[in-house]
Amino acid sequence: MKKPVLRVQDLTVTFNSVTGNVFHRQERRNRAVDGISFELFAGETLGVVGESASGKSTLARAILGLIKPNRGRVMWLGENLTELDEESMRQRRKELQIVFQDPVASLDPRMTAGDIIAEPLWNFYPNMDRLQVDERTRGMMKMVGLLPNQINRYPHEFSSGQCQRIGIARALVLNPRLLICDEPVSALDVSIQAQVVNLLKDLQKKLGLALIFIAHDLSVVRHISDRVMVIYMGQAMEVSCKESLYRKPLHPYTNALIKSVPLPDPKLAAEARRENWLTGDMPSPFDRPRGCTFHDRCPYRVKRCEADVPALRKMEEGDWVACHRAEDLDLSIEEE
Amino acid sequence: MPLLEVTGMEVEFETPEGLVRAVNGFDFSLDKGETLAIVGESGSGKTQMMLAMLDLLAENGRARGRAVFDGEDLMQMTPKAMNSVRGSRIAMIFQDPMTSLNPYLTSETQMTEVVMHHQGLKRDEARAHAVELLHAVRIPDAEERIRQYPHEYSGGMQQRVMIAMGLLCEPDLLIADEPTTALDVTVQAQIMQLMRELSEKTRMSLIMITHDLAVVAEVADRIMVMYAGEVVETGTADQIFYAPCHPYTQGLLASVPRLDRLDTDDLHAIPGNPPNLLELPDGCRFRERCSQASAACLERPPVWETEDGRSSRCVLRPEGAVMREKAAGAAAEEAE
Repeated sequence: MKKPVLRVQDLTVTFNSVTGNVFHRQERRNRAVDGISFELFAGETLGVVGESASGKSTLARAILGLIKPNRGRVMWLGENLTELDEESMRQRRKELQIVFQDPVASLDPRMTAGDIIAEPLWNFYPNMDRLQVDERTRGMMKMVGLLPNQINRYPHEFSSGQCQRIGIARALVLNPRLLICDEPVSALDVSIQAQVVNLLKDLQKKLGLALIFIAHDLSVVRHISDRVMVIYMGQAMEVSCKESLYRKPLHPYTNALIKSVPLPDPKLAAEARRENWLTGDMPSPFDRPRGCTFHDRCPYRVKRCEADVPALRKMEEGDWVACHRAEDLDLSIEEE
Repeated sequence: MPLLEVTGMEVEFETPEGLVRAVNGFDFSLDKGETLAIVGESGSGKTQMMLAMLDLLAENGRARGRAVFDGEDLMQMTPKAMNSVRGSRIAMIFQDPMTSLNPYLTSETQMTEVVMHHQGLKRDEARAHAVELLHAVRIPDAEERIRQYPHEYSGGMQQRVMIAMGLLCEPDLLIADEPTTALDVTVQAQIMQLMRELSEKTRMSLIMITHDLAVVAEVADRIMVMYAGEVVETGTADQIFYAPCHPYTQGLLASVPRLDRLDTDDLHAIPGNPPNLLELPDGCRFRERCSQASAACLERPPVWETEDGRSSRCVLRPEGAVMREKAAGAAAEEAE
């Protein structure tokens, strides 16, 4: 059987916040990522979807060791990354790379595109031949759809879509085996989003990367993902393969997210809004609802949801869901 | 008589690299109670056009043209007269709620300031009015929450506070610049619908600026599509969504990822990037990215108009359309 390259087990990240004054010190805990587990195989793409503050970016950072998790393991090729010392972790980063959300802000405005893309090479292979670095940089530029003769231009001379291509080239220049994309297209114009998603999909196929694609919108990840994990307040609500998630979501929250995707059609949009019952905001992370974290926004809740926390459990088709009522709810969606 | 009539609006910026023509020859009219959506990519000039009207351009910006608002030309107003229009008769909501609210002030201070200045209300009257509006935008416990600072609200609530601030003086026109771009999809539809309801209740006109056609599908009466500083197509929402004429509009619609359609192999993308405003191509500005471009596109395209009020700037003639001679002639002169 194929072995997963990445196995995340019970990963939990807690942030403490201190309020009050010297005399009435109050410490509050916010579990940003709360016991998330999943596996990822080489060449596979996992979409991670959730509203803002659901813990998606914290999850990404904890996997890459940019934040120390409070509990849980990140097994990368059989090795627990959370136990590594700083230098060994630095060496692993050659294999684990990330593309950030804001394409312009994540590039140093005083470095040229070529320097930005080549920097990881200088960092990890300081003795590499200058010509070789140059050749590799130009090769990367071509691969992500930039012109190699733009190598000496600065970030402000590129459009935001092109800046994101530079960010992708920088992440791929070391030949990583895992790429995490943290909302790579949410800052881009709709007409450019599709370009970047298609590019990432092609590159992933070509390079056999394991990919984690984070987004706040289910419509963007459908195209690129093999499986999708829906998270809410730091917990996985559903992990399903693409085919079943969009046709027959198991969790009411997934269903609500699907219904919230805006449609470029006035009549269908009005219909979808009437059908969508998800209103209000996520509860405060310091004041988690008892039982299922989603129960106070869920129209399908029963008594049990207010008391028992539903565990993430495997369903017949191999999909995972954390909902007491997964068996008796039918949330199938018709497609055109 | 329309509430706002803009003719021949042009916006230019003097930059070290040369003259940037951000908006070229912009004409539209807006009736009382009407909702107009202006759609275009970043850099298409949609925001600058609105800022020019309110005399809020950056220092290196210059605007020409007429913008007659309720019988008075906004472009000819003295700064003092302009001050009494801004915020009271025309209000604008900016894109990013986190950065447009003052983090040092409670929403009470920020909201009462506006009405006390424009309407001369006393502090407690102003406060009561502000609370009332927070209720209208569905902020729970408005009496309590008004005393809070912006960071204590979620993103959706901050945006609702911004809308409430825009509505404080019961403006005749509300301009919303990408009001939902920074928000989760789950609240986007709610906010859009809320603005629409408020405008229907008070007969307020609305201008919504966005890069995503899908988010305005349900709320817009009319839509203007902009590309590289020009209007390329206008029409009613039904015309634009169900029968777009301009290849750019068609491309924009096709690049919206849709969950109600079957998954396709590749997402539709408009190839290339928007042109640099410093080096605008001759002829049609969309030519280089257009799938239907021909030799005829090297000439500046004519503007077509149909009897039912739609227009398109393209060599392709929409059915039943006639050429808008006056405008095409004037535009050609300006291009000289």
